[in-house]
Amino acid sequence: MIRYIIRRLLAAVLLLFVVSVVTFAIFFLVPRLAGATPEDMASRYVGRSTSQEQLHVMAQKLGFLDPLWVQYGRFAKSIILGADYSTGPTTVHCPAPCFGYSFLTQNPVWPDLTDRLTVTISLAIGGALIWLLAGVATGVLSALRKGSFFDRAAMGVALAGVSLPIFFTGLLSLSIFSYGLGWTAPGGSYEPFTSNPAQWAHDLLLPWITLAFLFSASYARLTRAGMLETMSEDYIRTARAKGLPERTVVFKHGLRSALTPILTIFGLDLGLLLGGAILTESTYSLPGIGKYAVDAIKTNDLPKVLGVTLVGAFFIIFANLVVDLLYAVVDPRVRLA
Amino acid sequence: MRRKTAAVAIAAGMVIALGLTACGSNKPSSNSSGGGGGNATPAFNAAIDKVFNPSTKKGGTLRFAHSGEFDSTDGADTYYGYSWDFIRLYGRALTMFAPKPGKDGNKLVPDLAESLGQPSADAKTWTYKLKAGVKFEDGTPVTSKDVKYAVERSLDKDTFVNGPTYFNDFLDLQGYKSPYKDSDPNKLGLKAIETPDDRTIVFHLAKPFGGFDYLAMLPATIPVPAAKDTGTKYKEHPVSTGPYKFDVFNAGKNFALVRNTSWDAATDPNRTALPDRIEVALNTNAQDIDDRLLSGNLDVGIEGTGVQAATQGKILGNQDLKKNADLASIARLWFSVINADVAPLDNIHCRKAIEYATDHEGYQRAYGGPTGGDIATNLLPPQIPGAKKIDLYNFASKPNGDVDAAKKELADCGQPNGFAINVSYRAERPKEKATAESLQQSLSKVGINLTLKPFPSGDYAKLYAGKPDFAKNNKLGIIIYGWGADWPDGFGFLQQIVDSRAIRPGGGNTNLGIKIPDVDALIDKALVTTEADARNDIWGQIDQKVMENAEALPGLWAKALIYRPPSLTNVYVNDGLGGFYDYAWMGVKQ
Repeated sequence: MIRYIIRRLLAAVLLLFVVSVVTFAIFFLVPRLAGATPEDMASRYVGRSTSQEQLHVMAQKLGFLDPLWVQYGRFAKSIILGADYSTGPTTVHCPAPCFGYSFLTQNPVWPDLTDRLTVTISLAIGGALIWLLAGVATGVLSALRKGSFFDRAAMGVALAGVSLPIFFTGLLSLSIFSYGLGWTAPGGSYEPFTSNPAQWAHDLLLPWITLAFLFSASYARLTRAGMLETMSEDYIRTARAKGLPERTVVFKHGLRSALTPILTIFGLDLGLLLGGAILTESTYSLPGIGKYAVDAIKTNDLPKVLGVTLVGAFFIIFANLVVDLLYAVVDPRVRLA
Repeated sequence: MRRKTAAVAIAAGMVIALGLTACGSNKPSSNSSGGGGGNATPAFNAAIDKVFNPSTKKGGTLRFAHSGEFDSTDGADTYYGYSWDFIRLYGRALTMFAPKPGKDGNKLVPDLAESLGQPSADAKTWTYKLKAGVKFEDGTPVTSKDVKYAVERSLDKDTFVNGPTYFNDFLDLQGYKSPYKDSDPNKLGLKAIETPDDRTIVFHLAKPFGGFDYLAMLPATIPVPAAKDTGTKYKEHPVSTGPYKFDVFNAGKNFALVRNTSWDAATDPNRTALPDRIEVALNTNAQDIDDRLLSGNLDVGIEGTGVQAATQGKILGNQDLKKNADLASIARLWFSVINADVAPLDNIHCRKAIEYATDHEGYQRAYGGPTGGDIATNLLPPQIPGAKKIDLYNFASKPNGDVDAAKKELADCGQPNGFAINVSYRAERPKEKATAESLQQSLSKVGINLTLKPFPSGDYAKLYAGKPDFAKNNKLGIIIYGWGADWPDGFGFLQQIVDSRAIRPGGGNTNLGIKIPDVDALIDKALVTTEADARNDIWGQIDQKVMENAEALPGLWAKALIYRPPSLTNVYVNDGLGGFYDYAWMGVKQ
């Protein structure tokens, strides 16, 4: 088991390295292949009235004149060791993993990311709890009462949930609960958990439910399908024949094996969300990673986009790793010798 | 069956619990309005040309929101009109625009200085005397050296990339680069600025500039104490000289100002300092900003560009909302350059044919009709001093174009059947695309056939339309563009778009091809003229010359529909600031 974990960890690091090379290439190699000069690339970082000479100086300052492998080396070095940047009168150190320095806001990316990560984690974990509980519960019930009114109604709602995008349900909920009824701050707001847990939950409730509405739908459908299949297996009949209580049959024998695919999807979804719930955060003005990414993309702020990409990749890889390890716990059949 | 029932109950209970939590939430305490304001009744355009809801009542929180990232809160690094307006809350430049509604706001008045600048006879030396008793937020008196240092650091375009380059262009730098590379122990090595005593500052220019008082208005002259300068980090807490100082600054999220107790109202007749606190939210959805304004949860959309298209319709169609709105002229011109580099537009008659054939109402419709602005007949927007209405091609009497006159010009040009050229616009701007289509339609009536050429807006000036070779080789005969004044004066509006010497072959130009020797000569004459009326008159002549040469096709003088929530007091549009509400004058009801 330990060797397995180590192997998986090494693979994860390798994967992160590959992702960093690929994203770096997209941002710094592709524009060059498309014919952009270092000065053209530097033009993103200067103001409105800039001469050609000024652009050249800026390209030099940003290191765009160096060969690409030198630029990547500098980037990788800043992730591992941190980097120094000039503010004019002084030099500031941007501690590892620096993820670059936004020349538009004149801030290192990493502190921005950690600051916003708490928001995204709050949103993702809360939403995930709700959708997992609601989705799986609905799915189990629907499977057990296949064809009933509840089943049809639940699956109908689930279909609506899957089909309606966040920017629709989110705006609708804002217009009703926030602007209409005034239950939450207009347009959404965020209070850190550490300063006021009640306000934190209050602010996040609408985003959680909106997010959960979208996700729980697919979980309900997946659980229902999985449960229908497992509940018709022979070992369920055996369990019932042994005289086990129905609760044990459903939860311990049925749900447990139906849960394996759910866990896979859950890991991917959660990892993806931790990398930024772009639509939800934008709709509710939550200052999380997703909103940060959108704002960065709007202003062509490459170091930030690069940072978000890497953090997103990290979470997806990490979540997958956790899921793979959890498999062994949930499903003894895949437990390694 | 019991088990299942239990499970149903759990699921149902969960749903109800979620619902209850939502129901149980408290309403945010709303600001109930009461008292404070004057007796002004709300009406459409009530804050244009007069102060609406006058008040001297202090207190409350003034809430701003921005749909993106704030340009910069550092005076050395900011180049947006809203920021130059807002910065006066915490910084005092040598001069500023008079806090008066409408055109009266175009006049410069002294702020940190005792009076406007004293020029030498050749307009190359300008002297200012600072007011006594002005202090930084920590109580230290402001000296002329702090102003000098502030201008010095603004010269460093490696560090402060966003700010304008006027001081770099006009001061007699003698190679000076930056105080950060200055060998002088006090970092005051720039010879172009002298500080003979703590209250006198003298600027030496490399070339004459009669309108230097406008440069003295730039945020770069807001004093900065050298010891507190943190370079690019300074924007997180610029040391205040105005009525407010920075309280919190969260990059990319929000910042807030509180009262600066070291500010002395006796030294400052130009600011009211009514609110107790000022908050600015950043990166807020543009549509969300409108919704919050309408629902009374926000006071000002700080960018001053007006509400979104959807909200425009909502406001104009509802009398109750419309009475809380202002249609402000924003010192911006939507226009096109008629590129004389592209044959047959090298012939003035062919250019005039375009002026005549254009459907001006069509141009206006592309920007949303009269809400977008008034049909422009020349370049200088009417609110700018010196602007004259010049209508050489009958835009006013023939708003849909004059086909006969256009055909006559085409015959004189030797192209009686018309010709084919390209029209460029910024791909991400639907209004410019609509303009191109309108031009295509109206010019086709006289046989001028246009092919639409969209380019990415980020590189429009740098690589495409603003690069002379590219424009010529790609036959960009008509270049759709827009321009806003840096300040309301002929130089601040026109120089960057009509001075042929501003055209750089490498691209990145703001003048997209207007090359008229007479215009260049007149600009030089305006630069040495220190008397304002005479100078403004010359800029009017320059406008006339450009129109006579038919190298620019004016579209419209832009307007912005701004929503003015009932919570605001003491609010008016200041023309000097470029059509923004005067942020240093307004207050809030409590």
